[in-house]
Parts: sequence; structure tokens; C-alpha cells
Amino acid sequence: MSLVLEMPEAAATSSLPTAATNTTEATSTIAEPVASLSHIAKRYANGVVALDGLSLTLARGEIVALLGPNGAGKSTAVKLLLGLSAPTAGQVRIFGRDPRDTAARLRTGVMLQVGKSPDMLRVREQIQIFRGYYPAPMAYAEIVRAAGLEGIEERTFGQLSGGQRQRMLFALALAGDPDLLFLDEPTVGLDIEARRAMWATLRSLAARGKTILLTTHYLEEADALAHRIVVVDKGTVVCSGTPTEVKSLGVAAGSAQPSALGLKLIRCVTALGEERLRALPGVVNLALPDGRTDGRTDRLTEGLITLTTARPEAALRELLALDPTLHSLEVASPALEDAFLALTGK
Amino acid sequence: MSTAALSLDPRRNLRILFTETRYEFIRLLRTRSFSLSVIGFPVIFYIFFGLIMNRHESIQGVAVARYMLAGYAVFGMVGAALFGIGVGLASELGAGWLELKRASPMPPLAYLLAKCISAMAFGVVIVCLLTLLAVTVGGVALSPLEFARMVGLTVAGVVPFACLGMLLALRVPFSAAPGIANMLYLPMSFLGGLWVPMQFLPHILQKLALFLPTYHLNQLMLGAFGLPGVGSTFSHWSGLLGFTLLMLGLAALAFRSLEQNS
Repeated sequence: MSLVLEMPEAAATSSLPTAATNTTEATSTIAEPVASLSHIAKRYANGVVALDGLSLTLARGEIVALLGPNGAGKSTAVKLLLGLSAPTAGQVRIFGRDPRDTAARLRTGVMLQVGKSPDMLRVREQIQIFRGYYPAPMAYAEIVRAAGLEGIEERTFGQLSGGQRQRMLFALALAGDPDLLFLDEPTVGLDIEARRAMWATLRSLAARGKTILLTTHYLEEADALAHRIVVVDKGTVVCSGTPTEVKSLGVAAGSAQPSALGLKLIRCVTALGEERLRALPGVVNLALPDGRTDGRTDRLTEGLITLTTARPEAALRELLALDPTLHSLEVASPALEDAFLALTGK
Repeated sequence: MSTAALSLDPRRNLRILFTETRYEFIRLLRTRSFSLSVIGFPVIFYIFFGLIMNRHESIQGVAVARYMLAGYAVFGMVGAALFGIGVGLASELGAGWLELKRASPMPPLAYLLAKCISAMAFGVVIVCLLTLLAVTVGGVALSPLEFARMVGLTVAGVVPFACLGMLLALRVPFSAAPGIANMLYLPMSFLGGLWVPMQFLPHILQKLALFLPTYHLNQLMLGAFGLPGVGSTFSHWSGLLGFTLLMLGLAALAFRSLEQNS
């Protein structure tokens, strides 16, 4: 939270990087992207649509954080990039290859969530197994140091604490000295010290030209680490940009109180049309009674609507002036998480 | 595609297979719930039912200690395959290890073969222990050729049960896997004639046994000792092959549906 409060208010809402197509701009200078998802659709056999037209490009040496609520499609996107799952439509490329190619996997390191299975292999043994998969692995001592595993190398996985497990899984991702790292919530369960140590390692890897994609629930982590944040919701990229740009989405241009990202939720029953409501000051999201958020008609809305605005006072003033019949008014502060959900259109 | 050749480099694959197998064996050995019960049960059962009880009895003119050696060898090997591969794979699948391994450049076949070879190794360990007991305590005479045949059958016999274990792991969540494995293991052992000779079972069960891989393997094992069995050698190999192919097919289907839904 504190990071958000320290945000400069200067960030202008007019430069919101809201379009998904912006993602490629930052990388346009590099000819060959390290990894890319292009216009991906993923529909599971049970009919659930996990991804819907998602595009994402990773450039050499960049740290990208994939942010979004549970079920947004983050892990599906990662699975596609790992070649563990095939897209219904669109193309996945890792170093210009199919992600299932051994040649692509030899340059890739992966950290996934592994459950509490009482595994009887020692930390040292697991690292050696994974080092054996790669032609030019990272030196064993270097892996142990980078992942902070000194002193627990002879313990079995089952004996490790949650944080130690995360560090061991991180070590396995580093084993092949890969050019591309996928990290699924790498710092879950780590204490602050270990988390900062991992951040430092990741930064130095990126400085050496490694590319890193991480998913996280922590805005703080994305903010501290990523060159670029990609917010995903409902299977598509809703916004993308530098941490400052993405966070500025929630901070009003001249807001007097930048708390909780400066966003407020306004709930009311109004006779105003959608177009009029969206034109109110600072509106970033509008939820209609039937749950739609993307209507473009100007027909009247019926029932309770929820407006998310970065300029609540101005929006309210206008709203009340425009609609004398407005009732059931409610103004609420979204939690930080909710503010992000609002950004992602929920 | 120059690096594609790298993935096909047989030396690399062999080296990985060797490492995977070595650590899979170590892992199973350290997993006491596996190693103690999988080795312990056939040995203890054989001591009780083959060596202590029925001491001076014989089945169709063959000493019980010799006759039962075949049955408990199969019993031990089936346990190693079913629990080593079925339960082991289910736990790695459930915990997410398998996904991590699949995303790595490990050749998938190395993973499966490592599990299979480890189960074979456990099977051979069990057979050696049983044979040692039979020869020393039970006074069973066993020629080197008979022993070699028994070991060979143990290695080959793991395959159908490895496939069954794979299907089990793909179909059943980890929490249920050990229970289901037992539900398959124990009835299949009894009905396949591993504990009680086939001839002593009711006629209807003898017919049912034709569908059980334990039955076919046990008959082959008896044949390896030159003991009287039921049915032809060819029919038993066919039975095992048919069962293996059926399990492989079902496992492939299960894997595909798992892949589509994950």
C-alpha cells in the first residue's frame, strides 16, 4: 500500500496505455522477440474460454510481470508458452520455435507451483537432475548461491519449509542457465529478506540479457521488479506499460487524495444512458446491471450501475446535476485489489 | 534445426535416462511406505504360507515352497509396478512435479522408462530375496536357468502392470491412488491364483482369471519352473500383450483428455 501512497500525482490520465496493442511498441526495436503469443484463443474441452485474443511479446533482457485476478488467464498463458497446452487459435513462439521443441526448452527455465508432496530427493540431487537436462548448465555452486540454498542442500524436498521450497524450485529454473525464465508466483511464502534477494538475482539476470516473465499477485513485486506490467483479465490484455504508467491508471490527474489509487466506486440507479455515464470525469469502468461493461449504445440503463472513477467529486457533481431522478446513491473506496479489478473491468 | 539433432542425441538421452532411473530408485528406496511394504509383504507372506505352514504338503506332486515361489514372485513384482508407477506417478502428477518436468527439456520417455526400470529393479530384488529364502530355508532346488527365467519374466512382467499403473495415475487423484491400487492389487492377486493355486478356485473364477494379467504371468512363471499349469504359453503371452495394449490405449486417451482440460 505504501508504494501506492508515494505515487507522484503528476501522472496524467490522458496518457493511459489502455490498449492491448501497445504491448508490442516497447519491443519494436528488436527484430526477433524472445517469446510471443499472437492472437491466442484458448477454449477448454468443457467450453470454458480461458484466453480470448491475447497477444504478448517478450523482448531480450526485459522483466515482464503478468498481473491479474484469479482465473484471468495468467496461468493458461504461461502453460501455452511452456508448450504444456496447445492454443485453440493463434500462434505461440519461443525463440522463433514451437514451444514444445527441445531446442526451445533447452534455453528456457521454468518455476511452477509444486505442492506438498513428501518428496524424498535431496535439494542437491534435484538440482543435479535438472542440470543434467541441459548441455551447458549453470555451475552448481552458482545455482546454490543465487537461490540462497546454502546449508540446506542435503535436505529432502519434504523437509523444506514453504520458502525454502520456493527457493529450490527457483534453483531448478536456473539450472540450465536459460535465456528465458518463466516464474509462476516466485516469491509466494518467502520472507521479505528472501524476496529481496530473489529480486536482486532476477535483476542481475535481466542485466545479463536474460528475459523473465513472472506472474504475481503482488503489485509491489511487479512495481519493484518489472520493466513492464501486463494486466490480464477475462483472457485478454487490458493494459500494459511501465509500472508507473499502469499505476497511473488509478491516480487522478489533479486528485486531492491519492489514497487507494484515487479510485472510487459510485453505485446508483440513474436514468442516464451509457454514453453519457462514460463521459463523466475520470471514469475508468462502468458496470451495467446486466453485467455488461462494453456496451456502446446510448439506451437507458435500468437498475443499479457501478461507475469506477478516478475523479469522484467531479463525477458526482455532474451526475447529480444531469439526473434529478438519481437514487440509491452509494460511494465506496475500492481496496487496492479491487482497484485493480476495476482496471481489469470487473 | 541444427539443435533439433541435439534432442535426438542418443548419448544425451541415455545419460538422462540413467540419472532419472538412479534417482527414481533412490527416491523409492527412501520412501519407506513404499519400499518396506512392497518388499515386506511378499517376503512375509511367502515365509508364512510357503515355508512355515503347509510345510510337508505338496501341490500336484510339487512341494508347496517351490510352487508358491512362483506366485509370490509375481505378487511382489506386481506390487512394485503398481505402487511404484501408479502411486508414484499420481503423486508427482497431483503435486505439479510432472508439469515442471514436462516443461523442462527432459525427454518424456526417459521419465517413464526410469519409473519402469526402477519397478523392475524392485521386482528383481524381491525375487532374489524370495529365492534366497526358498533355497536356504525351504530346501527348494532351483537351477541357474530356472532362476534366470524367473528374473527375465519379472523384468518383462512389469510392463503390463506399469501400463495399468500409468492409467491409474492419470485417472485417479493422488489422495485416492493408494487405496485404488490396493483394490486392484489384492483381488487381482487372489483371483489370478497367486496365493491359492488356480485349480483350487471355483470354476467360475477360473474363467474370470482369463482376463487377469496376474493369472497369465503366474502361469508363465510356473512354466519357467517346469511346473504344471493351465493353458498354453502362447495364450498367456497373448493375454499379457492384449492387456498391455488395452492399458496403453486407455492411458493415451486419459492423457489426451487431461491435456485438453488443463
